[in-house]
Amino acid sequence: MANYYQPEIETASYEQIRAWQNERLVKQVQHVWDNVPYYRQKMEEKGVTPADIQGVDDLHKLPFLCKDDLREAYPYGLMGKPLADCVRIQSTSGTTGRRVVAFYTQHDIDLWEDCCARAIVAAGGTKEDVVHVSYGYGLFTGGPGLNGGSHKVGCLTLPMSSGNTDRQLQFMTDLGSTILCCTPSYAAYLAETIHERGLKDQIKLKAGIFGAEAWSEDMRHDIEDSLGIKAYDIYGLTETSGPGVAFECEEQTGMHINEDHFIAEIIDPDTGEVLPEGSKGELVFTAITKEAFPLLRYRTRDICVLTRKKCSCGRTHIKMSKPMGRSDDMLIIRGVNVFPSQIETVLLQQGYTANYQIIVDRVNNSDTFEVMVEMNPDMFSDSLAKIADAEKELVGALKSMLGIAAKVKLVAPKSITRSEGKAVRVIDKRKI
Amino acid sequence: MIHQISVFLENRSGQLAEITHLLAENGIDIRAISIAETSDYGLARMIVNDAPKASAVLLEAGVILSMTPVCAVEVPDAPGGLAAFLQLLAEAEVDVEYMYSLFTHRAGRAYMVVRVSDETALTAHDIKLVGMDELGLK
Repeated sequence: MANYYQPEIETASYEQIRAWQNERLVKQVQHVWDNVPYYRQKMEEKGVTPADIQGVDDLHKLPFLCKDDLREAYPYGLMGKPLADCVRIQSTSGTTGRRVVAFYTQHDIDLWEDCCARAIVAAGGTKEDVVHVSYGYGLFTGGPGLNGGSHKVGCLTLPMSSGNTDRQLQFMTDLGSTILCCTPSYAAYLAETIHERGLKDQIKLKAGIFGAEAWSEDMRHDIEDSLGIKAYDIYGLTETSGPGVAFECEEQTGMHINEDHFIAEIIDPDTGEVLPEGSKGELVFTAITKEAFPLLRYRTRDICVLTRKKCSCGRTHIKMSKPMGRSDDMLIIRGVNVFPSQIETVLLQQGYTANYQIIVDRVNNSDTFEVMVEMNPDMFSDSLAKIADAEKELVGALKSMLGIAAKVKLVAPKSITRSEGKAVRVIDKRKI
Repeated sequence: MIHQISVFLENRSGQLAEITHLLAENGIDIRAISIAETSDYGLARMIVNDAPKASAVLLEAGVILSMTPVCAVEVPDAPGGLAAFLQLLAEAEVDVEYMYSLFTHRAGRAYMVVRVSDETALTAHDIKLVGMDELGLK
């Protein structure tokens, strides 16, 4: 099946890909050196100059960037182009103190949309298709990314955004959506609702492109069986543009990384040492074509494995496994990035002690998110109504900090499990 | 007004048993108790013979509690006794937040622990409030 969007790129020889990477990396390092003082200083501290980087083999000499750098340099410190040349920003779902703002030139957006278009075509998309985008639109990259990719392919694009399930299903049945783009948990929810309402015969879906959160093979099979579609994974992060950094083909054995735009490395998260192909470690990306937000050696904190094994789809770009975990404490709950420290901040602001435990589980393919909070004397009252009001206020404050709702459970003081004197902050029961 | 101790109860079996056991060990007599619950946690309100001591014992054990002044009211231990009292409150537009009964061994008289929206209205309406001394409480 010759379903490529840019066949000459997607099936290029390894040597060709390498040649592009070498040439673009050298150019990009010079661009960053000339235009991003923050990174230039990091290079100088390491004693590296653009002359030291002759190609991909020299990549390991460059310093890493991590989320802390993005925070420190917020908002303009990592820009490679003047604001006047930028046309868009996107931002992470994270919130106060953790927000990442990425800038795009028109050229950056074109390349990003190309990446998304490759993912749509790999999922069987053609100009005859109706692409139903139920990722959030706005600052979140999911909606705009797939929307742009769908335009490039020439599909009829339904910019549904997230939520309002009634409307989603109405458009899906009335306009005959064929490709659904959303988070896997929302896909599972839609599938369930379609069955409950007996709409199965009225939907024309053939494929789904699901990303922005971790999902298991079991969940894939559930969604595929339930909707009668083929479900494709997609990967990306705001820091490197958004979805489409990597995408699945019909073989469904990992996601092809768009290597003409991104160089991927796997490192040991503790030592920073580059590991050989096939090793499990932290994924690091170098964006070699981005102009406005040209991150070099950005540590994603996602743990995965890379493989260049020949793929039956004919694509030659290296494949990454589904992320198997994180090398930091970030949780992804219903597609939203959650740091335990954010919860701690809210608790302290609301007058609770910072003694808490987060319990995440997946029930019926949807994440459950509970925060156990130890009751403290200041928050206690002889009136249940007053306790409930305080609890409601806490739930509201958590929601506005995190962007998703958590169930709060008040427990007795000192009842949260401590191991070796240190509280266990996160219990993730999801089997992904 | 009398002292009431309210205790936070986590939704876990044995919690109330632990608390009452602790009071028993310290020779504290529970004169009235009422439990309020939500699906996630509960609240025990108690009148004890020695509130300062009970509170010290519970705090020592890490229990979350609050001491609240509440009213104790004497009503006739006869049909209509409580109804007449509540009728007075209704006429005075005083709301009852919560109420429970208090044990004594006095024939013909019953005692209610009551938390209302406006305590001053009780005395203005000729309702008989009983104090700590009368009930033998500390």
